[in-house]
Amino acid sequence: MLDDFLTRAALAGIGTALAAGPLGSFVVWRRMAYFGDATSHAAILGVALALATDLPIGLGTLAVALGMAVTVATLAARGWAMDTTLGVLAHSALAFGLVAVSFVPDARVDLEAYLFGDILAVSRADLAFIWGGAVLVCGLLVWRWSALLTATLNEDLAAASGLNPDRERLVLTIALALTVAVALKVVGALLIAAMLIIPAATARGLSRSPESMAALAALIGCAAVLGGLQLSLSYDTPAGPSIVAIAAVGFTLVASFGRMRR
Amino acid sequence: MTALLSSDRLCVHLGGQEVLHDITLQVQPGEIVTILGPNGSGKSTLLRALLGIVPAWRGQIRRAPGLKIGYVPQKLHIDRTMPMTARRFLSLPTRQSRAATDAMLARVGVPEVAERPMTGLSGGQFQRVLLARALLTEPELLVLDEPTQGLDQPGEAAFYRLIEEVRRDTGAAILMVSHDLHVVMSASDRVICLNGHICCEGTPRVVSNAPEYRALFGLGTQGALALYQHSHDHDHTHDHGHDHSHDHSHDPEHNHEHDHA
Repeated sequence: MLDDFLTRAALAGIGTALAAGPLGSFVVWRRMAYFGDATSHAAILGVALALATDLPIGLGTLAVALGMAVTVATLAARGWAMDTTLGVLAHSALAFGLVAVSFVPDARVDLEAYLFGDILAVSRADLAFIWGGAVLVCGLLVWRWSALLTATLNEDLAAASGLNPDRERLVLTIALALTVAVALKVVGALLIAAMLIIPAATARGLSRSPESMAALAALIGCAAVLGGLQLSLSYDTPAGPSIVAIAAVGFTLVASFGRMRR
Repeated sequence: MTALLSSDRLCVHLGGQEVLHDITLQVQPGEIVTILGPNGSGKSTLLRALLGIVPAWRGQIRRAPGLKIGYVPQKLHIDRTMPMTARRFLSLPTRQSRAATDAMLARVGVPEVAERPMTGLSGGQFQRVLLARALLTEPELLVLDEPTQGLDQPGEAAFYRLIEEVRRDTGAAILMVSHDLHVVMSASDRVICLNGHICCEGTPRVVSNAPEYRALFGLGTQGALALYQHSHDHDHTHDHGHDHSHDHSHDPEHNHEHDHA
């Protein structure tokens, strides 16, 4: 079954969506959209480092994404103006990444694959990496769910309940870096943040509890993956952007339906 | 009697500035203690330090072993992006049974809000749900930070009646922050006047007659002047040759308006 490139692509996309949906809900609740951008743009720098040092791409991406996420979290804790700081970091990470990739001697670097994903070329090893990471992210979120939710709602309330808001933030930071590494092959560095935010934002309009929003975001992400792959096959469009485009159409439908109901 | 919660010469710094200096206080089981002070006097910071949310810079905080604290924060903004019914909110972070949440919502007088989103509740309903959440942990100490902010006067009176009922029914001690003199005077066993340091403390009657209290809240004919002096941290050098009109613009007859939120 895994011999078929289409099956592998679908499985890779679904794995990514299952992690990105619930994590994306936290990104939406905490208004961390730009944080997601900065971390995912840093992935390109990770690619360059991995290529230069002959390390696996996934490892390089994970390391640099983690570094970026920790940097951003630290600056936020020190009270930096986050809007500006994240804007600077997100775009510098991307620029430095692109410059660094150009230094990699081998001409075989297909930059577009890293920027927009290459889901149709997912190998069995990629699939194992994606699902391993996705299971880890979902496991982290399930394990810390109640604490994460309380800390997201109000850090004082969490601290007064004996929880450590800094630790919960770190959990989310690690989950974000993992998700970036997982999603790179699927939608590419430029569109990872879209996979985090669009399904979660769509689910918001249809949910009455945080749990249903997270679950629904995962399902909506899966549907977008399958729809996007279908679109890509039928019209020969690039797969990663197709997935995001389908998700965006879904969001628009739900948003306008919600508006009409009101 | 051992105190539930006490601090010993507690100092707290925020952003490089000392906001609390040498705070020594105790809360005994079953008593209602109110911290009273003008804006910026460090009331909320004191509660947050006692709860361990902000670190002590110097001094010590002691809690009775295994003390269960219920906390009602001053303001809780729930982002509209997070769907959250009142019932779900009560189960954060500890899962509560349906029966327990229903009973508690009924106890605080808002049984009808269980399935409603938190963002759609009125100010009074919201505060009562916050209180319900704090009470569900069966606390021995209930900490409330200006719990009636944004409520109208009947709502405020009703809320304080509820607090007194809670104390009567559960025996929980209550530590709360307020800037409302009148309510505090009737509902508290002990009042602590705060302005970066403890100015005076005692029963409501003792405190209301204390000169420090009058200085802090500008009661009496010299109120405005006294408040001005106080805001300069007891600098009583009286070189009043220049114009103080910016601080004295209040008619002394209307000084009770000084303590607005």
